[in-house]
Amino acid sequence: MTGERERANRRLTLRIAAVAVAMFGFGYALVPLYDVFCQVTGLNGKTGGRAAATEAYAVDPDRLVTVEFLATVNGGEPWTFRPAVARLRVQPGRSYVTHYLAANPTGRAVTVQAVPSVAPGLAAQHFHKTECFCFHRQDFAAGEAREMPLVFTIDPALPPEVGTVSLAYTLFELGETRAN
Amino acid sequence: MTTTTAAHAEHPEHGPARGLMRWVTTTNHKDIGTLYLLFALTMFFVGGAMAMVIRAELFQPGLQFVEPQFFNQMTTMHALVMIFGAVMPAFVGLANWQIPMMIGAPDMALPRMNNWSFWLLPFAFAMLLSTLFLTGGGPAGGWTMYPPLMLQTGEALPFVIFAVHLMGISSVMGAINVIVTVLNMRAPGMSLMKMPLFVWTWLITAFLLIAAMPVLAGAVTMLLTDRYFGTAFFNAAGGGDPVMYQHIFWFFGHPEVYIMILPAFGIVSQIIPTFARKPLFGYSSMVYATASIAFLSFIVWAHHMFTVGMPLAGELFFMYTTMLIAVPTGVKVFNWVATMWRGSMTFETPMLFAVAFVFLFTIGGFSGLMLAITPVDFQYHDTYFVVAHFHYVLVTGAVFAIMAAAYFWLPKWTGHRYDERLGRIHFWLSAVSVNVLFFPQHFLGLAGMPRRIPDYAVQFADWNMISSLGGFAFGTSQLLFLYIVVKTIRGGARAGAEVWEEAHGLEWTLPSPPPYHSFTEAPEVR
Ligand code: HEM
Ligand SMILES: [Cu+2]
Repeated sequence: MTGERERANRRLTLRIAAVAVAMFGFGYALVPLYDVFCQVTGLNGKTGGRAAATEAYAVDPDRLVTVEFLATVNGGEPWTFRPAVARLRVQPGRSYVTHYLAANPTGRAVTVQAVPSVAPGLAAQHFHKTECFCFHRQDFAAGEAREMPLVFTIDPALPPEVGTVSLAYTLFELGETRAN
Repeated sequence: MTTTTAAHAEHPEHGPARGLMRWVTTTNHKDIGTLYLLFALTMFFVGGAMAMVIRAELFQPGLQFVEPQFFNQMTTMHALVMIFGAVMPAFVGLANWQIPMMIGAPDMALPRMNNWSFWLLPFAFAMLLSTLFLTGGGPAGGWTMYPPLMLQTGEALPFVIFAVHLMGISSVMGAINVIVTVLNMRAPGMSLMKMPLFVWTWLITAFLLIAAMPVLAGAVTMLLTDRYFGTAFFNAAGGGDPVMYQHIFWFFGHPEVYIMILPAFGIVSQIIPTFARKPLFGYSSMVYATASIAFLSFIVWAHHMFTVGMPLAGELFFMYTTMLIAVPTGVKVFNWVATMWRGSMTFETPMLFAVAFVFLFTIGGFSGLMLAITPVDFQYHDTYFVVAHFHYVLVTGAVFAIMAAAYFWLPKWTGHRYDERLGRIHFWLSAVSVNVLFFPQHFLGLAGMPRRIPDYAVQFADWNMISSLGGFAFGTSQLLFLYIVVKTIRGGARAGAEVWEEAHGLEWTLPSPPPYHSFTEAPEVR
């Protein structure tokens, strides 16, 4: 076998190995790519992590949409976490205030974060929160219980076939509160 | 890594070294092929033993033999061992033995890398299997390793992830070797469109491996850093998304299922023409069909996640692309049938397995099509119907093809004919019991029995008992396979160079067993 064939083999090997390494990188690139894709298309039921601008919408008085509020605690931690009301009938375009209750059963000061998700996914881009406890981490003193407010508006542009929107929060413990 | 090729070429007459070190240090494609095949056979029985535990527990409703946690470890480990330990290494072993002989090359292009890629495997699996003995036991979150459940694995998690890394590196190196060998080492005159289909399907599989395995490595690395280094790829509290894992995993996972079936297509495309005594019908359409399946396999992944709450547009896209795959697959099935049409067929064991493959794999394809119908999948997802589907394509598909290949080429490799009568008994035992094992699982799934559970409602009892009986029979039948293989290696009627009447292909021009270095002089390709 000639040295030429060996060189050809080595060249090809390096090229394919480079593709393999690139595909490893591509796996990581999928993470931001999916996020961009979901943002552009508004899929995936993610509401923005920031307050929506307070816009004035034309209220649609003939339409009522049911909003269901759900609460889950991650990983079976013993927290109390529930919505003050399980459902509201709302008019698109009007602003509503409700709240969630959370209680820290532990003897430690703990920081938590609630992560929202909206179903159906396509409704997420029409669900505007002007104030939400989910925008920030929440510090709880040992044994503290408190109400956490939520202010939202449903955009009248919500597709007409959507009659019910569910808003689900999952509460995550982030660890003991650090003094800052 | 390439210098050994030259070194060997200078001493074409030298044979294998002696003793155990021959196997540790070997760079010979036949030795490495043998190692891969023996390793795969061992893992087939290890994974099979786990399957027996599963079927024993499911023999009756209620918990009888094992703890639920251990049961879950068995389902997880059974899948990992069978996929990465049995099916994939068996195909790589076949590639090692056959590709150089089929394209008229003396050896694989990168012999040292070949040695390395094999020897990673025993370490990977020692590590994986050792997790069963750690506190907290082995992984129990399913072979798909979905977070957040997988992140609750005990001490086993990093071991599992490093084992997956090693398996991935091993397969990528194996794939590089195949590509370089096929593209650079063909005998003069062996143009791409003259290559045997087994070589073609392996070439395409190798590209799938290069593109898919690193993505899996990335996904499990993200799991690892999420657990130990505070990243939040999949942790919703930190802004991540557990569904993202499923997208990345199945971007690997669906091509992976084709990695496990394309070489099987190749094997069957070698065997059927031989025993029908006709050339393969539609050779070039076979090549194009394989290539289109490979391409399509990258754009169908979310059919595993129809129920995660995708928007309608996504559900439709993945439903249609998935169904599209059935078209090239159908082309292949019709080509095999057309090859047999009016052939002068005989039914030696390899042909029996190959014909059973065509028939039973097609059943698996049909249940796949049912699963591809999105609204229907909402009912079938995560039930035993899915279990029945993938066992039809993987056991009566991939595993049957591997057995067909073993019977087909064993006389070439060992120089001995296997015992034809025992081979046929093995076939009939396997073919009947495998259907008793898996066909009832369709009914269980349609009736709503979830997968991955150690206990079930009493209305599922009858079919589960039948399925378990089939399972025990199938498992036991494979001991006969082991016996036949060992017996053939140790002796038997001498096989001539051609082995099968009028068999076509370069490997049949070499004596049986072939010389240590296959074609030191490039053969003439007609
Ligand atoms: C016509 C071809 C095929 C179609 C349309 C198809 C379709 C599907 C669909 C829709 C699912 C997801 C079911 C669910 O989880 O609800 C599935 C699962 C699966 N398929 Fe197929 N499939 C095909 C061929 C194959 C082949 C050739 C293999 C492997 C050799 C395979 C292996 C699997 C495996 C392993 C799973 C289950 C993965 C898991 O959840 O653990 N399929 N298939
Ligand atoms: Cu798939």
